[in-house]
Amino acid sequence: MITIHVNNRPVEAHPGETVLDALKRAGVKVPTLCHIPGLSPTGACRLCVVEVEGMNGLVPSCAFPVSDGMKVQTHSARAVRARKTIVELLLASHPDDCLYCSRNNQCQLQDLAAELGVRERRYAGERTHHDLDVSDPALIRDPDKCILCGKCVRFCEEIQGVAAIDFIHRGSRTMVTTAFNQGLNVSSCINCGQCITVCPTGALREQSHIKEVTDALRDPDRFVVIQHAPSVSVTLAEEFGMKPGRDVCGALTAALRRLGFDRVFDTAFAADLTIMEEAAELVHRIRNGGRLPMMTSCSPGWIKFVEQFYQDFLPNLSTCKSPQQMLGAVIKSYFAQKEGIEPSRIFSVTVMPCTAKKFEASRPEMSLDGLPTVDAVLTTRELARMIRLRGLDLANLEPESADTPLGERSTAGKLFGVSGGVMEAALRTAHYMLTGQELPELKLQKLRGLKSVKQARVEIAGQEYGVAAVSGLANAAALLDEIRAGRQDLHFIEVMTCPGGCIAGGGQPIGTNLDAVRARMKVLYQIDRDEPIRTSHGNPGIQRLYAEFLGEPLSERSHHLLHTHYTVRDVVP
Amino acid sequence: MVQPDIQSILEQYPQPKRENLIPILQAVQECCGYLSQESMIQIGNRLKLPVSKVYGVATFYNQFRFQPRGKVHCQVCRGTACHVKGSAKVLEALKQTLKIEPGQTTRDGMFSLEVVACIGACGLAPVVAINGEFHAGVTPDSIRKIIKSYAKKGGDNGGVE
Ligand code: SF4
Ligand code: SF4
Ligand code: SF4
Ligand code: FES
Repeated sequence: MITIHVNNRPVEAHPGETVLDALKRAGVKVPTLCHIPGLSPTGACRLCVVEVEGMNGLVPSCAFPVSDGMKVQTHSARAVRARKTIVELLLASHPDDCLYCSRNNQCQLQDLAAELGVRERRYAGERTHHDLDVSDPALIRDPDKCILCGKCVRFCEEIQGVAAIDFIHRGSRTMVTTAFNQGLNVSSCINCGQCITVCPTGALREQSHIKEVTDALRDPDRFVVIQHAPSVSVTLAEEFGMKPGRDVCGALTAALRRLGFDRVFDTAFAADLTIMEEAAELVHRIRNGGRLPMMTSCSPGWIKFVEQFYQDFLPNLSTCKSPQQMLGAVIKSYFAQKEGIEPSRIFSVTVMPCTAKKFEASRPEMSLDGLPTVDAVLTTRELARMIRLRGLDLANLEPESADTPLGERSTAGKLFGVSGGVMEAALRTAHYMLTGQELPELKLQKLRGLKSVKQARVEIAGQEYGVAAVSGLANAAALLDEIRAGRQDLHFIEVMTCPGGCIAGGGQPIGTNLDAVRARMKVLYQIDRDEPIRTSHGNPGIQRLYAEFLGEPLSERSHHLLHTHYTVRDVVP
Repeated sequence: MVQPDIQSILEQYPQPKRENLIPILQAVQECCGYLSQESMIQIGNRLKLPVSKVYGVATFYNQFRFQPRGKVHCQVCRGTACHVKGSAKVLEALKQTLKIEPGQTTRDGMFSLEVVACIGACGLAPVVAINGEFHAGVTPDSIRKIIKSYAKKGGDNGGVE
């Protein structure tokens, strides 16, 4: 430990860390725009500048290392003036569009302008207008609102290993766009939406489905059902100012009923269904010499990634549809039959932590008899908007429970929200399928926590299996490269596109940070610890569905409704 | 499909190194007259670089064009002498007449425009070279007339490079 002096007070610092990190720990707030915790600094925005005694100019605190005895002034007149000027220059070419902007009240540029007391347009910059890019089924790009901080570019390349976007041109013509400045839909973008959550402004947003959903709710001829993904109930509260780590499942269900949905289902039910099929598939592959390691298929960004960049691994992907699509298919078949409703009358909505789910729902092979099985996908953020619009007070709604059938879940299904959770759930059921007995310890500690690559060896019926859970596609790519190079000890791999899993998905509340992700993770683990039904095969709703309708896992009907195939996808690499 | 000439350029760089990017881009432009999307994809594959990066780097420099040259290729000199003698106005006139920016080609593939560093004919400033032929002492009016005459001839006296 060394000591530095911040605004004339001593502060403990770790040798080698940046000034910004030390400031953060000491509770001194210095604004940043281009900084991404955990990634190397670029020093692009210079908003984080501070004065360091003995240095001539201001230094960017995000890129400057601490040294013993260093004297730092974070809010000297000079530092504050520099920050204000930076913001004023950014605003010079910015559209004054806040009232109509998707990020109104959630925009860092707006916050900074307010914080620094910007009250007039001091510089009038030249404005180059760029058209909105609405080509993609999941994301909209609005380059006019881009302040060129580069966060999306770095996240897309360094964390996701995709690099669909980059800077082009230079000087006043600089912009962030795809290769050849084409629509996002023909680029290699995998729709993960992580760029939206890191973007400080409204330059990136999801394709909203709110209008489709409200239209359906108003249409008396439509029977409108909704399912909510396992991670949504543990993040939604944050949109309403509550602390991260609160599960509002009951209030969420109540809110959805108030919004007018005819049935409220839990996607975690379908996660249990996915586990039944996926575990059966794994057992089948192991017993019949099928392609291993098997890889999970519930994260649509990951699927597109393999279809584009790792086509030799397509046979490794589980053929299981994702829980969203499984439930969609079950709703328009089993549920429709049971309730005597024409499938074409059903409007099937989902609430997802994810923008890529919008793309997934639009994949033609997901349809059933020519009908889409999921008609609209809302992100957590969009649902929050609908709840606010309706004037509902989430904090004070009496909890209600989901509808049956298709509403009961095990805690295993709920664990789908977190990286490692699908693996844990699948192993519980695979063990049962292979041995007829429950795992002696259901909790698999090695697959828990925030690490982006988690590996374990599990013994089932005297045989040892290698498993891994990976999140962030750059990590997944590294693992695939190892396997290409000959690594052979793995039998089953879970991949989630977003770092940490769905709890940190691209459709989750803006402002998600590591502390929030940790709290969300914890509450999912608590649910698993405290509730009685902890395995997917133990879910009575699932048992009933197989008994009444599907027969058994991997039956013909299961194959028809619950499994899919993948295609080699040609994009600009 | 790998175009054979691009292939032979790429073969000169067996090791995929990032610092080879600009020399390769230059060589490809030299041989094809411009950087096609296909060529940038091939370059990206060879250097193991995402195409967004290749395109980002290529657009950073003014020297690269992304459309094939037109039948009539106009190079406006922006050397100091030409600048002093009013080349900016000439360029403006060309942009307006052809409705394209430097680096672009008209839709019909007839005209293309390029701004070049001093072409060493300062005595003739301002100079516009059209298909390699120097036009001296041009003005906005005279360049419009010159363009008109090329348009009439259909560009067939100008060789395609
Ligand atoms: S991006 Fe921010 S500052 Fe710009 S218009 Fe939207 S809310 Fe306002
Ligand atoms: S959605 Fe994901 S893959 Fe697409 S540009 Fe954004 S970060 Fe990259
Ligand atoms: S789109 Fe957003 S994150 Fe990307 S560079 Fe622009 S402002 Fe930054
Ligand atoms: S946050 Fe430090 S330079 Fe941008």
